[in-house]
Amino acid sequence: MKSPAPLFRKIPPAVSLSAVILFTAVLPPVVGNYWSQVLGDIGIYMMLGIGLNVVVGFAGLLDLGYVAFFGIGAYGYALMASPQFGMHVPFWLMLPVCVALAAAGGALLGIPVLRLRGDYLAIVTLGFGEIIRVILNNLDPLTNGPRGLLRIDPPFLGATPINNPQRWYYLILAGVLVAAFTADRLNNSRIGRAWIAMREDQDAAAVMGIDILKYKLLAFTIGASFAGAGGAIFAARQGAIFPENFSLMVSINVLCLIIIGGMGSIPGVILGAVVLIGLPEMLRGTEQYRMLSFGALLVIMMIFRPSGLLPASRRRPAAAAPREPE
Amino acid sequence: MEAFFSAAILCDQLINGLTIGGIYALIALGYTLVYGILFMINFAHGEIFMFGSFAGYAALTFLLQHGVMERHPLASILAAFLAAMVVSALLGTILERVAYRPLRRASRLAPLISAIGASIFLQNVMLIIIKGRMQVYPDVLHETFFEIGWFSISNFQIMIILGSFLLMAGLYLFIQRTRIGRAMRAVAEDRSAAALMGIDVNRIIMITFVIGSALAAAAGVMVGMYYTQINHMMGFIPGIKAFTAAVLGGIGNVPGAMLGGLFLGLAEAFGVLFMPAQYKDVIAFALLVLVLIFRPRGILGEVVSEKV
Amino acid sequence: MKPILQTIHLTKAFGGLTALSALDLEIEERLIVGLIGPNGAGKTTLFNCLTGVIPVTSGDILFRGRSLRGLKSHQITRLGIARTFQNIRLFQDMTAFENILVGRHCRMQAGVWGALSRDQRTRREERDHASSSIRILKLLGLETIQNTPARNLAYGAQRRLEIGRALATDPKLLLLDEPTAGMNPSETAELTALIRTLRDKLDLTILLIEHDMRVVMGLSDRVIVLDHGVRIAEGPPCAVQNHPRVIEAYLGRRGMTATPPASPSQEAPPHP
Repeated sequence: MKSPAPLFRKIPPAVSLSAVILFTAVLPPVVGNYWSQVLGDIGIYMMLGIGLNVVVGFAGLLDLGYVAFFGIGAYGYALMASPQFGMHVPFWLMLPVCVALAAAGGALLGIPVLRLRGDYLAIVTLGFGEIIRVILNNLDPLTNGPRGLLRIDPPFLGATPINNPQRWYYLILAGVLVAAFTADRLNNSRIGRAWIAMREDQDAAAVMGIDILKYKLLAFTIGASFAGAGGAIFAARQGAIFPENFSLMVSINVLCLIIIGGMGSIPGVILGAVVLIGLPEMLRGTEQYRMLSFGALLVIMMIFRPSGLLPASRRRPAAAAPREPE
Repeated sequence: MEAFFSAAILCDQLINGLTIGGIYALIALGYTLVYGILFMINFAHGEIFMFGSFAGYAALTFLLQHGVMERHPLASILAAFLAAMVVSALLGTILERVAYRPLRRASRLAPLISAIGASIFLQNVMLIIIKGRMQVYPDVLHETFFEIGWFSISNFQIMIILGSFLLMAGLYLFIQRTRIGRAMRAVAEDRSAAALMGIDVNRIIMITFVIGSALAAAAGVMVGMYYTQINHMMGFIPGIKAFTAAVLGGIGNVPGAMLGGLFLGLAEAFGVLFMPAQYKDVIAFALLVLVLIFRPRGILGEVVSEKV
Repeated sequence: MKPILQTIHLTKAFGGLTALSALDLEIEERLIVGLIGPNGAGKTTLFNCLTGVIPVTSGDILFRGRSLRGLKSHQITRLGIARTFQNIRLFQDMTAFENILVGRHCRMQAGVWGALSRDQRTRREERDHASSSIRILKLLGLETIQNTPARNLAYGAQRRLEIGRALATDPKLLLLDEPTAGMNPSETAELTALIRTLRDKLDLTILLIEHDMRVVMGLSDRVIVLDHGVRIAEGPPCAVQNHPRVIEAYLGRRGMTATPPASPSQEAPPHP
């Protein structure tokens, strides 16, 4: 693995990775409940960011309605694990179901919509996201409308409920690691190469034998499934969800995080989440200026550093590095 | 309570549809003009509309406080329109210079993301200015209704329908008959050829933004007077709906944007007779998705060719 | 022997402009066929139709007996047609090796499961195709710069890399669109020899758009001349060269600046 920062070149990747993992593992008892909660928020955004990164950063599709899949995952779990229908399906059983539901949503939306050009795709997906929110708000008998779904069950590990910030931190950390691992594997594979080629020059990629529509759909669906998982986790953690939790702002936040952190780069997304979610927490009292700065940052980043703070490092496709002195 | 489709209700909705349709058309023209010239969606156009509305509000409030508004209501209204159009035109120009011009040669997504950023920025600037509280337009005109046969129409509605129609007609004549209008059409059709003909492309682009923004500002003042309540997010949904209207008519196509706006307004007005009111906004989104999937060229067809 | 490629009344119209007009062509296997004609004759349009980049207005294309109408680009590539572009369209941020490996895409299988699990089958597939990619790089003399991003390669290397990428798709028919454009005489000679080698070694049929007449005349077994979307001449190089209609097409009736194809012994005409 080729590291982006020269600092790490001397340290073998396995060691630096272990150090990072160790560090993150001991954080909660050290920083306490409040910061564990914040870190949990950052973690969920990281998962969403990694998922949207597959869509935007790898495949180059601007999905502004990403929050819809987040909502599908959240409501999917909440409906099956709360007093709403009296069903209390265990979290771990529902998690793959929510992933599948969101993926199905992604496929259904993607099939008609992925033929559209970049800016049209953005607006249509934005419209779709809004439609989902309106439906969630108005389908009263099912979703309880604006009153939301309350008393959602937490996950259980054996007999232990995951119901405090520190325990949640570990669960979310596991989620982020799985997400990052999955995205990394996909990126460094035949699929990832197809995505990169497609992003660079779609027509040339098609002529080189890549089925553009299929790979766009794949990116869209896979991206949606990450959001589905994040949604289920979000619902279980919050304990109560409302349609207003799933507004356009969430999609925009995730997009900002990717753009500022670095499109197509997983370390970039992680950095983006820390910067965009964590920093405002540390600088409390500047709430109103947060969105203002997001907006300004987007414009500035596009003009001066469109590839983000930590752009995707040039990686060689997996297991195919030629035996050649560098 | 079932809606019975009496003639009176249908006529009411017709007037409503034309009113809101005129407003959508004015905003849609901004999208279509910019798209025709730059092939980009000015995502921040809704915020230009919103700023125009607030500028009109500021003008009217100022005139109210100085006692001018009661004595010269019509002049005050015109002043409000003027103030709004100037402010928005300025804003549009700055927007183009700062957020779009540097990205003219960048990837396809970059201008769009920049526009999203500008949109968020402007929304929050206004949020900070008004300290989160919504504002109410001063009562410059008292709402009076006129009954003409089956039709019941208010003075506001007359003003909006007439005003938007006049502005649209004015724009159409401007584009068709004046030298600058011709230059705009030339730049829209073939930018490099137009430049070779000696047209100052940057100036034409700026003029396009000025005109589109001024029209949106006019719509903003109309909305302010008609609905009286304005806030920093008021540009978001009308912005998307107006974009839908522009696409409906064929993006880049000026008469198309006008027709698309009217069509959307009427569709919404008559649509609420058939479905719960909360789903009204979904009409526009659903239309957008359907049009883009089944007839992306719109009703009148996309005038300029696809950029790969 | 059945031709590897046939166009039957192939017509392509862009609105009012007819780029290809009821074109009937037959290309036999293992030939190198030169495609020449003045600018705007429809040569690149023909390539675009053959590779599914633009839809055909009417008529048909048969490749090894199979109709290509309605097929998408990637499907056509899978059937065995590959091409290069007039203006180089490499994946600039990828290395030479990666560009070739992308070309192997359609000959590989690994999907989502393979990507996530990296099971033995996937790893073996990656190794095998990496090796074949290196073989292609060696064939084109590019193995020393295999880890250089495409944007940093010299122009001549980029042109060869594009050919390599096309070869990576395992084609039976290779379409080259002005492969020697912008090259100096020695690079041109090298590439010409390379093209001939590729045809001999890899059993390819090659259709070649060129403006450099020395290349066309020296390399081609047959030459087809297009003008305004119509074939005006076809035959062995020397016959075509002296064909009156060909000369007229290049000179035009009012005596334009385009020069007719010169014989190999004369100076090559300036690139249009």
